[in-house]
Amino acid sequence: MAEASTPTPFQALIDAHAGAVAVFLRGIVPADDVDDVLQETLVAALGAYPRFDGANPRAWLLTIARRKAVDEHRSRARRPDRLAEPDAVAAAGGRDQRGGELWSRVAALPPKQRAAIVLRFALDLRYREVGAALGCSEEAARRNVHEGVRTLRAAEADARLTATSEESPR
Amino acid sequence: MNADPKPGKMSDAELGAAARAATAGGLDLGALSAAVAERAAADGILDLAYSRVDSPLGDLLAASTPAGLVHLGYPNRPLDEQLGALAERISPRIVESPRRLDEVRRELDEYFAGRRRRFGLALDWRLSGGFVRRVLKETARIPFGETRTYGEVATAAGSPRAFRAAGSALGANPIPIVVPCHRVLRSGGGLGGYGGGLDVKRELLALEGVLELSKGTSPDPGRRPRRRHRGSP
Repeated sequence: MAEASTPTPFQALIDAHAGAVAVFLRGIVPADDVDDVLQETLVAALGAYPRFDGANPRAWLLTIARRKAVDEHRSRARRPDRLAEPDAVAAAGGRDQRGGELWSRVAALPPKQRAAIVLRFALDLRYREVGAALGCSEEAARRNVHEGVRTLRAAEADARLTATSEESPR
Repeated sequence: MNADPKPGKMSDAELGAAARAATAGGLDLGALSAAVAERAAADGILDLAYSRVDSPLGDLLAASTPAGLVHLGYPNRPLDEQLGALAERISPRIVESPRRLDEVRRELDEYFAGRRRRFGLALDWRLSGGFVRRVLKETARIPFGETRTYGEVATAAGSPRAFRAAGSALGANPIPIVVPCHRVLRSGGGLGGYGGGLDVKRELLALEGVLELSKGTSPDPGRRPRRRHRGSP
């Protein structure tokens, strides 16, 4: 806690930031796991709360959420029965087809770029806060987003090329 | 964000729309908080659970630690302020969980419905110490429907001359109603003070049959409550 200020009840953090954490998790873990990872994130945060310095609670919670998402991914990888499941995130992509396709490509990005894209575009965070949530510098956050966007554009161009050549074979 | 450089190519706006669509969804904060509270309690890291408790006196704020009920607050004090004080004095690990206050809610409901004359709730006394705690513990022994004076309570707490201090101890009662400080009055029969306001004190005394409340009119604060027979506590 900042010195001389009264500590904030943890419930106030849930009220103010659980929505943002839920959005982030919907973007980076399979839909079936979102509720569970969200609860794990908040329980872990509650446990660590007395040691939290009070600065930027949203970025702090997002950092913990990312760690919990990684843990979840690892434990899922250890359960072969669940490996075969399609990535529900991709399926959940936009209502329209183009948005859905786009989002399935986001799901295929390297994890850090994917997380950066979700923070930047779903939560509309500034690069500085994207960096704070990912535990990297503002510059590195910007780079992750830009590389992710470049990959998405390239994948889209490839897809269009393929579609075009399939539609009009010479 | 830079605008789409070439038409037909994925723009930032398009990516934003897809991202928002893919991550949209409702969130039930109450259910989430309750689930977090249960998991945290199982892990032993939930220091305080709280809930609003509906009552004829308005929404009360009840908070408990693993040891028992620690705070019961009247609506004349803002919720944020009460929770902030609990965060400071006990722990900021506070989560809203109506279910963890079910027992408190049930006993209070029964009390207000006239079906309960004494509370069986576990209490956590940590918010009071020394003389204040002794006064409150003596007050907790006053039976339903009876009253004592500040002096009598001070005497029972071991300091017969400290009746003024007893008054301020009762004013600092963190668990009113359950620790029935409303049953302590001035020696002349005047109501004395009350943290929840004198109207609340009158209502509680009326509920216990000590005071008659004339409907529609505000009772005279100076009126003498009918003094009931006094058994040993």
